[in-house]
Amino acid sequence: MFDTLDPILMARIQFAFTISFHIIFPAFTIGLASWLAVLEWRWLKTGNAIYAEIYRMWVKIFAVAFGMGVVSGVVMSFQFGTNWSVFSDKAGNVMGPLLGYEVLTAFFLEASFLGVMLFGWNRVSPRMHFASTVIVALGTIISAFWILSANSWMQTPQGFRVGADGLLYPTDWLAIVFNPSFPFRFTHMIIAAYLTTAFVVAGIGAFYLFRRRHVRHARVMVGMAMIMAVFVAPTQLLVGDLHGLNTLEHQPAKVAAMEGLWETQRGAPLVLFGWPDQERQETRFALEIPKLSSLILTHDLDGEVKGLKEWPRDEQPPVAWVFWSFRIMVGIGMLMILTGLMAAVLFLRKRLFDTRWFQYWCMALTPSGFVAVLAGWFVTEIGRQPWIIYNVMRTAEAASPVGAQPIALSLAAFVVTYAVVFGAGIYYIGRLIAKGPGDLEEAYGAHGVKRPPLVAPQVADEGGSHV
Amino acid sequence: MFSLEAFIDLPMIWYGLIITAVMLYVILDGFDLGVGILFPFAPSEKCRDRMMNSIAPFWDGNETWLVLGGGGLFAAFPLAYAILMPALYIPVTLMLLGLIFRGVAFEFRFKARKSRRIWDYSFHGGSLLATVMQGMILGALVQGVTVSGRSFAGGTFDWINAYSVMTGVALVFGYALLGSTWLVMKTDGITQSWARRSASYVLGYVGLFIAVVSISMPLMKDTIRGLWFSLPNFFYLLPVPLMTALLFILIWRDLHIGREYRPFFMSIGIFLLGYLGLGISLWPWIVPHAVSFRQAAAAPESQSLLLVGTAVMLPVVLAYTAYCYYVFRGKASHESGY
Repeated sequence: MFDTLDPILMARIQFAFTISFHIIFPAFTIGLASWLAVLEWRWLKTGNAIYAEIYRMWVKIFAVAFGMGVVSGVVMSFQFGTNWSVFSDKAGNVMGPLLGYEVLTAFFLEASFLGVMLFGWNRVSPRMHFASTVIVALGTIISAFWILSANSWMQTPQGFRVGADGLLYPTDWLAIVFNPSFPFRFTHMIIAAYLTTAFVVAGIGAFYLFRRRHVRHARVMVGMAMIMAVFVAPTQLLVGDLHGLNTLEHQPAKVAAMEGLWETQRGAPLVLFGWPDQERQETRFALEIPKLSSLILTHDLDGEVKGLKEWPRDEQPPVAWVFWSFRIMVGIGMLMILTGLMAAVLFLRKRLFDTRWFQYWCMALTPSGFVAVLAGWFVTEIGRQPWIIYNVMRTAEAASPVGAQPIALSLAAFVVTYAVVFGAGIYYIGRLIAKGPGDLEEAYGAHGVKRPPLVAPQVADEGGSHV
Repeated sequence: MFSLEAFIDLPMIWYGLIITAVMLYVILDGFDLGVGILFPFAPSEKCRDRMMNSIAPFWDGNETWLVLGGGGLFAAFPLAYAILMPALYIPVTLMLLGLIFRGVAFEFRFKARKSRRIWDYSFHGGSLLATVMQGMILGALVQGVTVSGRSFAGGTFDWINAYSVMTGVALVFGYALLGSTWLVMKTDGITQSWARRSASYVLGYVGLFIAVVSISMPLMKDTIRGLWFSLPNFFYLLPVPLMTALLFILIWRDLHIGREYRPFFMSIGIFLLGYLGLGISLWPWIVPHAVSFRQAAAAPESQSLLLVGTAVMLPVVLAYTAYCYYVFRGKASHESGY
């Protein structure tokens, strides 16, 4: 059965699977680390213990998510070589230093100070602990900086030349690092991570409010999350629009796929929904708003928008994936903005924390950020196909000389492993949420009398496994 | 375009840096993985809690040296990275899976109640799998890799044979020595005395395997034999095996007179000497017996850029790594840290 498998497709699925699984955790921990830094700052500033209690609950969730991010991230640093060795060889001169800088400036920073952040409460001063949290938060952002620079360079490559040996050589590092799509992709992703975290925090907070547990803590969680929904979600719409315009300039085929437009035309309509059919080269059953696509993309009702037929079929991305992923991402973004609006209205009417339907709403949107982040990456990564380095190197030319069989088997092993690890991670995060903030010391009696040890400490320490 | 090519020997510096990064990984994650290997043999649950706590703040940073080794290889010697990863496709994948099961166990174990056993075995099994695969990768590498043009040209299972299985087992004992001497340093009471017994036990096996590898390497390649056994090289290189033998004797003695710190650092010494011996044998290959480090070097512009970053960041990284070890100095407790 393995003879019929296409090694390139297997390698693509494996990479898509491992990177999609991985991105879930950074998307969460980038936002969470920054939020934890804010919480600890509020605690040091106000001395209000509630911030410390919330911190201590969420830092445990952070630790689980970060741990899964680390182990799935180590896999990524080998995927370039195991599955895309020809790409690694040809583009190594450009890509390698960017990833090297990520390790040197971010990974060590995060990994080392995470230890202090998690285990250092009684070993370093509160200021030093706060500094560790801030350093970890900075580390996550620096890491995003380098990896998004590398990714963006593959989308909008510049600052290099092709040598006589077919390898790529850097000619201008500033042009490589700050390539045209990088500032937009970086901003878009960081904001996406912040919003993802905000909606997780809002969902958990709303759950506590709904159950009338930990109400004081939950109000802080929901309140802070809604500040993000009110101010940051609309900003994301603006940044996303700018990112889209940048994509139109550098990767028009991707935008045509996002819009489901096949014919180049003036006054192009906005296709709200439809069924992009690559075989027939048309979008069937399209529900359109006239001229709106031209207005959004060119800021002119009669502006010209390129359609997919401008490119030969073997240079078109798989349109349906891009088209639908884009709608999912934008749809969730709209729901987030709507949440902010509702929160603002409820806040002004002093009903933000006791409106039942809004609590349901927030709980339902808990995973929305993750879905939007994945959908967004599907848009940009599938939308640039068939290129691994846009207009420079095709994905099909980049694969390793490895047969489909080992790739398929290792893919299966990754799927099983990640399912087990992810399942357990979600389960333990769920338990941490069920436990909630504030009851760190296990209360024994009604007046907080601590549970006496079953055996004397010395015996418990030195005894055998039956103790 | 900025390049340091005219001033310094870039490929040579990078070869040294990659070797250093891999060596730091082997030593630092070596004792973590060693603790994982010894885990189920500990006398009590409390001992296991202590063992886990003694490495919990460090494992993440230690594993980052592996990412630097992989990322650095990609950056400085992309050709070697592009050849070795497909050649080692299966063992690298299995090692990564092992590291996943090992890594998540740190977080899950302390949060688990009934299922704690599962994460004990996940921790042990993951550490063991990762170690065996690293040892097998080493065994496969010293035997050489089939290369044609700019890519790997051998088979999917080239890496597996009796010799690589032997080096896989050898590394299990090697890491167990690092792990047990680490525990002698970082714990006390019954955990420490058990760790001391374990260390003396694995010490003998480590000596045996080092002897086997030292004898087999020169037999494998004429060039390696010529390097070690020609005059005057023989006398220049003689201190390497002699010092290794001396360290074995000293560790044995220290374990029996109750020293706490020295066995760990002398075990690191054994690893350094073994690594030095391997390095001498494999010089100047980066893909053994096929591609030298000069042939695989990235463009001078690329090596220059990253070298500037490394020159600035590596001392900083080492400084705060040392700071973290300082913060968590002293004996580990069995209680959950946060």
